[in-house]
Amino acid sequence: MSPRFLPERDRDIYRDATAMSIGICIVGVSFGALATAAGLPWWIPVGMSLLTYAATSQFAMLAVVLAGGGLIAGLAAGVLVHLRHIPYGLAVGDLYWGRWWTRLLGTFMLIDQSTAFALAAGADRRRAKTAYWVTTTIMFVAWNAGTLIGVLAGGFIPDPDVFGLDAAFPALLIALVLPSLKDRDTLLAVLAGAAVAVATAPFLPTGLPVLVALLGLLATWPRRGRKAASE
Amino acid sequence: MTMLAAILALAAGTYLIRLSGAVLRNRITLTPRAEAVLKAGAVVVLLALAATSTLLVEGAWAGWALPAGVLVGTALAWRKAPLAVVVIAAAATTALLRLAGIA
Repeated sequence: MSPRFLPERDRDIYRDATAMSIGICIVGVSFGALATAAGLPWWIPVGMSLLTYAATSQFAMLAVVLAGGGLIAGLAAGVLVHLRHIPYGLAVGDLYWGRWWTRLLGTFMLIDQSTAFALAAGADRRRAKTAYWVTTTIMFVAWNAGTLIGVLAGGFIPDPDVFGLDAAFPALLIALVLPSLKDRDTLLAVLAGAAVAVATAPFLPTGLPVLVALLGLLATWPRRGRKAASE
Repeated sequence: MTMLAAILALAAGTYLIRLSGAVLRNRITLTPRAEAVLKAGAVVVLLALAATSTLLVEGAWAGWALPAGVLVGTALAWRKAPLAVVVIAAAATTALLRLAGIA
């Protein structure tokens, strides 16, 4: 199924990333169409997707601006939902920290999916690097192509929810991190963190609950202490 | 003009956020345990993101179709189904439930 020129050992990465990119493309179409339908000139959604490359931030800003909240409030919302990328950079930031241009580019390409794919590679550093770059490059193309199509399509706004794409994203993340949950400490932290995030989500501004989830790491502290003592 | 400034500001803001984590990480030498904690931290955030976007839409209950689709995807992932199958099954379940009139 995969073209010949792709290295055999990483074919599954290309396949999975391509499958995923279809959904991202449709979400991009809805972003472009939504912005254009609201009367914004074409270069605004296109420029945002090209320069920001962060779907949730772009939608957050667009939603606030379209609701009449103003640019500053929109900007604040966009930045707030992006803060989760700080722990991402801490976790996978070494994978692209080579030459100056891979640092610049790798930083720009840091997204949920590239982080999750890189983490799913586990201790295999070579595979983690490949997974990071391949998924994020395919996503970048899909996201920007989608935005452009949405702008050109004009009035037609596809609703990603009709295709169940809002279920595809969490399912993807869960599937990718599932292997790392074999580690009991991680599992404990994840369950505690998810509970905290869901419990606080109705009260906190979007973007903060997933950061408050990091408190879940504390759930493993007593165990870690005991482990260290017994070692 | 102000719109252009806002776009550039969002691009700069998101870039600086992306940069800060990586710069911090590459500045300090990590013990294997510290590295494990950082990786666990990213997993916690990714899973919290999955949990909140499964159960809640704009701070309120998302309805049954969305969590049902994610549950199907999770079960398939548990049985080691290929990722593409997991994602498509999750989306299809939710889409079909909505088509059947279940929110």
